[in-house]
Amino acid sequence: MKRQGIAEALRDGIAEEMTRDSSVFCIGEDIGVPGGWGGAFTVTLGLSEKFPGRIIDTPIAELGFTGMAVGAAMMGMRPIADMQYGDFLFLASDQLINNAAKMRYMSGGTIKVPMVMRAPIGATGRGSQHAQSMERYFTGVPGLKVVAVSTAYDAKGILKAAVRDDNPVMIFEHKLLYGSKGARAEPGAVDATSDIPEEDYVVPLDRAVVRREGQHVTILGWLLMAHFAAQAAEQLAKEGIEAEVIDVRSLSPIDYDTIGASIRKTGRVIIVEEGPKTGGVSAEIAAGIMEHCGESLQAPVVRVASPDVPVPFSPILENAYRPDVARIVAAARNLTQG
Amino acid sequence: MKTTSAIAAPAQDRAFLLGLYQRIVLIREFEERVKFLFLEGTMPGTIHQCQGQEATAVGVCAALQAGDYITSTFRGHGHALAKGLSVQELLDELFGATTGCCKGKGGSMHMGNMDKGMVPGIAIVAGGIPLAAGMALAFKLQKKPQVVACFFGDGAVAEGAFHEGVNMAAIWNLPVVLVCENNLYGASTHIGKVMKNPKISDRAASYGFRGETVDGNDVLAVLAAAQRAVEECRAGKGPVLLELLTYRRTGHSRRDACHYQPKDEREAWFARDPITRFAEVLLARPDVQQADLDAIKAKIEAEIQAAVVNAQQAPQPTLANLTEDVFA
Repeated sequence: MKRQGIAEALRDGIAEEMTRDSSVFCIGEDIGVPGGWGGAFTVTLGLSEKFPGRIIDTPIAELGFTGMAVGAAMMGMRPIADMQYGDFLFLASDQLINNAAKMRYMSGGTIKVPMVMRAPIGATGRGSQHAQSMERYFTGVPGLKVVAVSTAYDAKGILKAAVRDDNPVMIFEHKLLYGSKGARAEPGAVDATSDIPEEDYVVPLDRAVVRREGQHVTILGWLLMAHFAAQAAEQLAKEGIEAEVIDVRSLSPIDYDTIGASIRKTGRVIIVEEGPKTGGVSAEIAAGIMEHCGESLQAPVVRVASPDVPVPFSPILENAYRPDVARIVAAARNLTQG
Repeated sequence: MKTTSAIAAPAQDRAFLLGLYQRIVLIREFEERVKFLFLEGTMPGTIHQCQGQEATAVGVCAALQAGDYITSTFRGHGHALAKGLSVQELLDELFGATTGCCKGKGGSMHMGNMDKGMVPGIAIVAGGIPLAAGMALAFKLQKKPQVVACFFGDGAVAEGAFHEGVNMAAIWNLPVVLVCENNLYGASTHIGKVMKNPKISDRAASYGFRGETVDGNDVLAVLAAAQRAVEECRAGKGPVLLELLTYRRTGHSRRDACHYQPKDEREAWFARDPITRFAEVLLARPDVQQADLDAIKAKIEAEIQAAVVNAQQAPQPTLANLTEDVFA
């Protein structure tokens, strides 16, 4: 057992998978440059020395290297593609959505595309174009699996499950949760370290996880919002409100078994999402809740999300943009007292 | 444009040459029959056809070996037949039948069969180029001697995906033959409107590898150029860009009457039709008679007729098939 942050846990997970299976390789920008950073958030630091020729640094060509990952995956390789910032996924989206996601269906079930796309997201003092919550743009694409990791334990286990999966899997990571060190450390980082077992393990790609049990209200979140939801629950407990916190984790498919069981117990639900309220994943989850367990609700679904504006730069505005513990606590108070 | 063919060694063989002729005529007859079925209203969907461009597909695919792959476009019927997909599996696919090469889930724009070395057509212009480069990267990482031939049109050269995929193929010397079928039009727009330098093969030099412009209506010239390119790619000296000059005799899609193609231009290209030109080459040989060519065509017509009858009775999908094949 060792204590690790997400960046370290992902690094070990990648190294272990590359050792286990020679078809696994990494492709992306600035991920293996000697004297470089090992990717923007140090996840692949040192791996190019350990795996010569298998950490492939590309030109700045997101559409191109994503397409190459799809093509290599079709030919039996298991690429782990690294999108330096999630925002750049818009450039790569043709290859992800039109090729990776559809190839199996269009071919009548004969082609496999076992690729992983990792992408960091989150508003972190970088202005509008290195900050967006990108998961919403991919959760509605049939043929893609979409997951979001908020702890080091999950990051390693989900990475391994994704590499071993025969389908394209998108893993969203949050810049404030990596625990990147040295010059790549993030101001305002949140502790997402875990005790990591020595032995091999995987975390399933289709399961939410209950982080805290409670009977008054269910709070759903993922990535940074899962941490803020847990912090909110601690505060609420002091007021006598016991919140059940669920890290949704699997964004496509969504685990309505776990979510539904909680709502049938609490009768109330708040969905917390970093990202604009309109068209977000929380809208999909809200609709899914109505279909799966709407009869158990004692009050309407509540969403706590960012306003419908681009991510601002000014720290004051950025902090106002992103849902925080206070907003979650206030929403829970309203909902449970109503 | 080259007017003489550099005939490679196997290309001198009578049976081999007649095989090429059979493939070219097969594609023409297949496309003409599909056009009829579509206009008649019995075939669903839309179609993008390749009448006039048959020699590019046949010449390139004849230079490939079993185990090599091609990627194609929305205009892929000819590529499929040239790569060895059967008339039956293609017609079944066009009719949406479960016996089609993609179980009726691909359709005209996504013809393919991985067992025969053809990725389902990528119908987003230039979308197959990074994909093919990635396939070639896999061959390199796996230390396999395979090659991928990536077909695209002149329109693809304007796409960012062309630049990104070609650049990475270049810097890693990947075994991909970049086959640009330059038929002068991206849909209805002439290349003169969208390219300052219309000689597409010139682009290769800017990426640091070899490009070549070839008479794409001369199947033997295409074959010879493709053989050179495949050999270089297999030797780790890829990629190679082949610009194959050709012409689309039919519309971009559906009922396009090609009013944007000037009459004199059409006539000039019709006079350079790949079938009649290759027939002349063959008939100049003492061991090939017109009767041989007629027999090939008659056999093809019979094969297609039988396949159409089968395809029209082929099993259609059930609703249960709708949600199958999304995930592996």
